[in-house]
Amino acid sequence: MTMLPETTEKKLGLVIDLDTCVGCQACATSCKEWNAQGYSAPLEDEDPRGKDPHGPWLNRIHGYEVLDEVREDSRIVHFPRSCLHCETPACVIVCPTGASYKRAEDGIVLVNPDTCIGCKLCSWACPYGAREYDVKEGIMRKCTLCVDRIYNENFAEEDRIPACVRACPTSARHYGDLGDPNSDVSKLVKERGGFDLLPEMGYKPTNKYLPPRKRRDQAEEGREALPKSDRSMVDRLFALADSLLSGKAGPH
Amino acid sequence: MVGRPVSMHAMRGISAHANGFQTCRAVHLLQILLGTIDAPGGFRYKAPYPRPIPPAIKPTGKSGQVFPNEPLPGPPLGFVTSPDDLLIDEKGTPQRIDKAYSWDAPLAAHGMMHMVITNAAKKDPYGIDVLFMYMANMSWNSAMNVPDTIKYLTMKDETTGDYVIPKIIYSDAYASEMVHYADLILPDTTYLERWDCISLLDRPISEADGPADSIRQPVVAPDRDVRPFQTVLLDLGARLGLPGMTTAEGKPRYPGGYEDYIVNHERAPGIGPLAGYRGVDGTLSGKGAPNPDQLKRYIKNGCHFFHELAPEQKYFKHVNKIYLDFATGFGLIEAPNAIIHQLYCEPLQKFKLAAEGHGAVQPPETHRKRLIEAFDPIPNWYPPFEGKMIDETKFPMHAVTQRPMAMYHAWGSQNQWLRQILGRNWLYIAHQRAASLGIKDGDWVTLTSHHGQIRAQAKLMNGVNPDTVWTWNAIGKRSGTWGLENNAPESKQGFLLNHLISELLPEREGGYRFSNSDPVTGQAAWYDLRVRLEKAADVNGLSAPQFPDLKPVRAAQ
Repeated sequence: MTMLPETTEKKLGLVIDLDTCVGCQACATSCKEWNAQGYSAPLEDEDPRGKDPHGPWLNRIHGYEVLDEVREDSRIVHFPRSCLHCETPACVIVCPTGASYKRAEDGIVLVNPDTCIGCKLCSWACPYGAREYDVKEGIMRKCTLCVDRIYNENFAEEDRIPACVRACPTSARHYGDLGDPNSDVSKLVKERGGFDLLPEMGYKPTNKYLPPRKRRDQAEEGREALPKSDRSMVDRLFALADSLLSGKAGPH
Repeated sequence: MVGRPVSMHAMRGISAHANGFQTCRAVHLLQILLGTIDAPGGFRYKAPYPRPIPPAIKPTGKSGQVFPNEPLPGPPLGFVTSPDDLLIDEKGTPQRIDKAYSWDAPLAAHGMMHMVITNAAKKDPYGIDVLFMYMANMSWNSAMNVPDTIKYLTMKDETTGDYVIPKIIYSDAYASEMVHYADLILPDTTYLERWDCISLLDRPISEADGPADSIRQPVVAPDRDVRPFQTVLLDLGARLGLPGMTTAEGKPRYPGGYEDYIVNHERAPGIGPLAGYRGVDGTLSGKGAPNPDQLKRYIKNGCHFFHELAPEQKYFKHVNKIYLDFATGFGLIEAPNAIIHQLYCEPLQKFKLAAEGHGAVQPPETHRKRLIEAFDPIPNWYPPFEGKMIDETKFPMHAVTQRPMAMYHAWGSQNQWLRQILGRNWLYIAHQRAASLGIKDGDWVTLTSHHGQIRAQAKLMNGVNPDTVWTWNAIGKRSGTWGLENNAPESKQGFLLNHLISELLPEREGGYRFSNSDPVTGQAAWYDLRVRLEKAADVNGLSAPQFPDLKPVRAAQ
């Protein structure tokens, strides 16, 4: 078993907006691109040009059609899935070698590739399916929150964020310290009613998801009333024109 | 001025019908009447627009203008305004192989790529010696009627034994389906290996708040024997002695290749492919002498240039004197004249009048009725031809494609990450329609049009009109292409709707078969497709049709 730090100085993580994610997969491919040459390299695929191409991804996006039973209509919700950097992650506790660990300074959960023995206990313990086994290397892979970008002083300030956040064309992904109640991400979570995935499991995920907004025709607030007729000359002229054009007898 | 903040969004779907041009006009007429044109929150112009309507460029290529071994004396594409501008001979015969700018499609300002192979194979209006194409997968997902297109590309003249299309030259960066039909392949670089400009003379990256353009720069060196196609074209042009590509002494005008052209070509004095950092010291925008350091300046600025308009220039640009003066100085328009929207379109009426028997240049009898119907000077609606000319009760549904965001172009399939995300497509069907036909999620189905039949695997959903089925565009590949193995899901389970779409409409009066296109613009009517959906048997888990495996290019001798 691997011990967890009692507290962490920061709780770095992601806030993912399910309302504005359009499922374009730019975050997934940028993640793969960065990590295939960074901390998690080489992240190789099997059967890349054949019948069943597959390989480890640290971020996957699933699309669901959600049916509203009452309204009998549906909407597509895209759900990006990656490590949530939990406060009490079961995946770390079950690790027999200490390869999986949670950093005291920022809360990031990492795997040390040199001490990971590929036993897969962590992937069984994680209820979020956030860990993927790298068959070619025989070790476990997971989101590193781009630990090799966010502290990289050779990068311009705006690039010191996870590759997925940098790539998102709709700004549906946000990165910051969720332990600081005054951070932009914490404020965003508060404003939009951000929620935890599977809170009942008790692992206290750091990453938060923002719920899809109600459709405009369902939202009660902010609906503008049509202007009422003031019975002026101009108003009556438009009413007449409208009735003639629409072929309905108008109120003259 | 007061405008209404009503915005509308559409891409190519509206225009990809036989009535698409008039529908687009109707939408724009509504915008005009609502007062949303270039109003804050409305439909905003992006530079180089607004432009004079129509732009004063006429297509070249009438009979008497084209001679062997001589350059075309003017631009091949332009904007016709009356029957006098058509590229036809005195008998009304089309002069271009695609029949653009003929009575078949008078305002075909984009050409009619989807008709070239069929017309060449049928020698209608004439046969050709060489077919030369670039980056258009015309034997597969860019073709209507793939099975016949493949046949035409390899068809032989029965009496002489020669190919009907004798020589095919093709340039592509990838091992696409079309590469396999080429006699000569010009291997292109990828976007990462060459210079490009996304120019205000073409389709720039402009914002509503001001003109913008951008470049691509090579970031990796090619690791194989390839050259950028634009550079190859300049080389060919110089070797052929084309006047725009050679100096007065007959030397290549752009010996440095495409990057030389991007910097030094001037369409008009001071106006070149890139608008930023012009003038010898790079201080001019829009108009200015070529700047030898222009590309360096673009790279320094993040590979783009943006000129933000002043607040008083940003709106109602078509009638905004301050903007029009700016646009004239910047080289976007030639004179600062107000651009007046035409509710009544005089050029269309001229064609309609010709079809009604007026004027010196008149259409053949076969064309009159359709021209009168389509060339209404006020936006109108008429039923799409594929709906009207076939029995809609036999083909009661519509079938359309959309491009997946993660794989906008066909070539994404040779990327091993993208094909893990989307390695095959499905046919999406509304639950209620599927239930009435006894189709369950994952069942195989056939889709039949007046022209052909395909077999595909079904996925059921709610968010689709019950009378419409849809699938992802260009995921289906032919076995043996794109560097994929023959058992790749792209070819064994993936499929195209293209096989169902005929490039020719059923015979009309007089026996003539018109192109399956908008009769005004020649835009291919991809979205007019009508189909019948039925449950099918699972045949070894294979989509249909399956074509013979192509031999991978790398293994070819």
